[in-house]
Amino acid sequence: MERPASVFVNNMDYEAVIGLEVHAELLTASKMFCGCSAEFGAPPNQNTCPVCLGLPGALPVLNRRAVEFAVRLGLATQCEVRLFSRWARKNYFYPDLPKGYQISQYELPICVGGWVTLSGEEGEKRIRLARIHMEEDTGKNIHDPLNDVSLVDFNRSGVPLLEIVSEPDMRTPQEAGAYLRKLRQILQYLEVCDGNMEEGSFRCDANVSVRPLGSEKFGTKVEIKNMNSFRHVERAIEFEVGRQLRALEEGEPIVQETRLWDPEREVTRSMRTKEYAHDYRYFPEPDLPPVRLDREWVEAIRQSLPELPDARCLRFVREYNLPTYDAEVLTSRRDLADYFEAVVACGVTPKVASNWVMGDILRAVRERGLDRDLRIQQWPVEAESLAQLIQLIERGTISGKIAKTVFERMIATNQPPEEIVQREGLVQITDENALLSEIHQVLADNPDKVAEFRSGKEKLFGFFVGQVMKRTGGKANPQKLNELLRAALQSG
Amino acid sequence: MSEIVWRPLADVSKELDAGRISAVELTTEILRHIDATESRVRSFLTLTPEAALKDAREADRRRAGGERSPLLGIPIAVKDVILTKGVRTTAASKILENFLAPYDATVIRRLREAGAVFLGKLNCDEFAMGSSTENSAFGPTYNPWNLKRVPGGSSGGSAAAVAAGQCYAALGTDTGGSIRQPAACCGIVGVKPSYGRVSRYGLIAYASSFDQIGPMARTVADCALLLEVIAGRDPCDATSAPHPVPRYSAELERPLRGLRVGLPRECLGEGVQAEVREAVCSALRWFEGEGVSVVETALPHLRYAIPTYYLVATAEASSNLARYDGVRFGLRLGEEEGLMTMYGRTRACGFGPEVKRRIMLGTYALSAGYYDAYYLRALKVRTLVRRDFEAAFDRADLVVMPTAPTTAFPLGAKTGDPLEMYLSDIFTIAANLAGLPALSLPCGFDQEGLPIGLQLVGRPFAEGQLLAVAHAYEQSHPWKDQHPSL
Repeated sequence: MERPASVFVNNMDYEAVIGLEVHAELLTASKMFCGCSAEFGAPPNQNTCPVCLGLPGALPVLNRRAVEFAVRLGLATQCEVRLFSRWARKNYFYPDLPKGYQISQYELPICVGGWVTLSGEEGEKRIRLARIHMEEDTGKNIHDPLNDVSLVDFNRSGVPLLEIVSEPDMRTPQEAGAYLRKLRQILQYLEVCDGNMEEGSFRCDANVSVRPLGSEKFGTKVEIKNMNSFRHVERAIEFEVGRQLRALEEGEPIVQETRLWDPEREVTRSMRTKEYAHDYRYFPEPDLPPVRLDREWVEAIRQSLPELPDARCLRFVREYNLPTYDAEVLTSRRDLADYFEAVVACGVTPKVASNWVMGDILRAVRERGLDRDLRIQQWPVEAESLAQLIQLIERGTISGKIAKTVFERMIATNQPPEEIVQREGLVQITDENALLSEIHQVLADNPDKVAEFRSGKEKLFGFFVGQVMKRTGGKANPQKLNELLRAALQSG
Repeated sequence: MSEIVWRPLADVSKELDAGRISAVELTTEILRHIDATESRVRSFLTLTPEAALKDAREADRRRAGGERSPLLGIPIAVKDVILTKGVRTTAASKILENFLAPYDATVIRRLREAGAVFLGKLNCDEFAMGSSTENSAFGPTYNPWNLKRVPGGSSGGSAAAVAAGQCYAALGTDTGGSIRQPAACCGIVGVKPSYGRVSRYGLIAYASSFDQIGPMARTVADCALLLEVIAGRDPCDATSAPHPVPRYSAELERPLRGLRVGLPRECLGEGVQAEVREAVCSALRWFEGEGVSVVETALPHLRYAIPTYYLVATAEASSNLARYDGVRFGLRLGEEEGLMTMYGRTRACGFGPEVKRRIMLGTYALSAGYYDAYYLRALKVRTLVRRDFEAAFDRADLVVMPTAPTTAFPLGAKTGDPLEMYLSDIFTIAANLAGLPALSLPCGFDQEGLPIGLQLVGRPFAEGQLLAVAHAYEQSHPWKDQHPSL
């Protein structure tokens, strides 16, 4: 992509080999194996019960909705959705893991294969998926250094997760970033995950190695954890590739290990080497029967899938004649694309609608903080109202400039644009006599400027326009004003 | 009046219905009998007399309101691996010594709804791991028939309490024979239901793919009354079966004629006490006299049952017992020295030697590099054992075996030799591997006056048939009318 995919070290071209493991928290109302709310942000340990606290005697019961979400993502990424998959226990001790094991999938995950398509300047590239499997999230350890205690919040314990494991198909940090953004976009379109990296509902670990260009063999891979934003992922991989290349240059071995990204210092540091790697002792979960899916059920889910971002982007270009850039921005989020289409549905020219949505609407959303969890919680104005406003311009009732004022008023008062225009007397002055009388007054007030203009200082035209606008409170129809003013200046 | 403690549950229920005794009087009588016998038997870990009397008053109120139910006002007790809300539930382990159960197991909820009176929690081997109740962290229970003998295990407290007249019925759990073997040792009836027949929600897990809760009582009919209350699909247990629950107690009278009973040829050979062999053969002769045909069957993989069980069950146990880490409940030691010390010391001091042995066995069986050779191979043998039974059920309607190779052994006789102890379960474990229903009922006494158990194993969900066959045998034999003298 933007950077060369290979680097020259020791007389050889090297390339990076990157695979990503993504954990996506599902937007189900309840947890994976109990009825507790899966919502983020409740007071500590409020959303808990014997099951997600791992109390003696408690047993898991599967949330079918989580399975449906896994199937949705599998179908949207061209995976093979397995009609028979199995649960497994992943055993390890940690205070945030209440049962001492995590219920996950191991040998028979629900989805295998599939891919995500990236489009760049050099065309399309497929990043293959090894597997998608379901598992439960852990709680969260909170360390309080002041009181020297550690606390555990189990609200997140048992929240459904999808683990999406890519093949090592990425070659640059930018490609890894593009893959992540694409995956998140698909998850958001499917309404399966909100994709919020900062809140941890969309998490990513990277496996990074380097190898001589053209080599089929993989180098020793290093796992990187603790990357909490897209930027961190790209920076961490970039650092790690550099570190490995420097090691090669200096003839040092690359150790298979897990490294943590330190965002303050922008370096990765060793966390544990393979000798200390866990033996998770996976075995089939005896408390849950295998997941058996109905072929018709899977087909019904396939039928109910929404139009996905790539398809929608292409359609926007084709159907609305939008530039690719506009189509990409508008389809970057499902809610934004829906909003745009609602404006167009009211009869607005698509490119005009696109300009407003990409410009004023998104600016207002950002300025007012109306987006949270990467969703637009509230639009500054309804799509229908925006369409009405645009139509007032197209009919010549108000100028484009006045429209910006009306737009601000609409946001503030939540009133329809016509009402604002009428009440505040913002209707454009198009009447020639009215305009001419204002023009003559301005020319009469500024005889020296008129003389300068007539002797060739044409830049002064703008000054006269400004004076008339000032007298009319900005309501003069700009085209008409231009026309009449030029005639008046020239005819003198 | 004290004779009432020995009467069958079903009879006592009629007395209550007739108003000849109240639940409060009955409970008071039972509590008095426990008081008189408990210092010798030691079957209870926790006695809850106040709660029991409160349950009894409530039962009397319900009966006065016209409600009729066989368990309404009947004093029962529960193995201490089953959660009872607000009551200490220890699994006979130091690690849960002060654990107050925050919720009721599904079986407890169902029994409460049926009006049962809960006397308290019964001793067992720690986390149900053992065959003699000597692995309890709180001391052994003694066999009411001979106080120098073990009551069997792991549900030894349940078996001893029922045999000693301390309750009309008890709940036990059976992972590898833990209901049937103590039932045999104590001369009572114990039923291990088909896997999935009874909800495991609220049962402290030992080996999840084996564990089943079941009834223990002095008669087959009493077991039927309990089973029909506790059985059935539970939305809280994904492994509970949707099969409808028959009214077992109403279907006990069935003709035996024409039935085919299979006798596995592996069951009466070496290692089986002569009197046990003779008692089982005598029972089979009685069945033949009733028009039942006895056919020889084979369980060729029976000899692998114990090693198979000790790989799969311990593997599951090693994972199930990971939650006792000192973080959220139960014992916590060494926290001031950091997390690793806390884990280590809590578990080192909290678990007894047999529990540690099984955690280590199971951890090893699941370890990288050993999984295929141990755990996976054991799963395959488990399938072979299941097929052995399927083949046997092609020729027979049920299979008859001794419950245990010997009668109750002396305390301390096998504690130094775990393998010897494991062999006590040689005939019971196969039914757990195959998930089949099985039942033990008394079929005689040895020369020392110790009870002998007869085991019936049925097809999946054929509990009704097993109960009916056992009931027919019981009706013609006097064993249930004999009681230990305490």
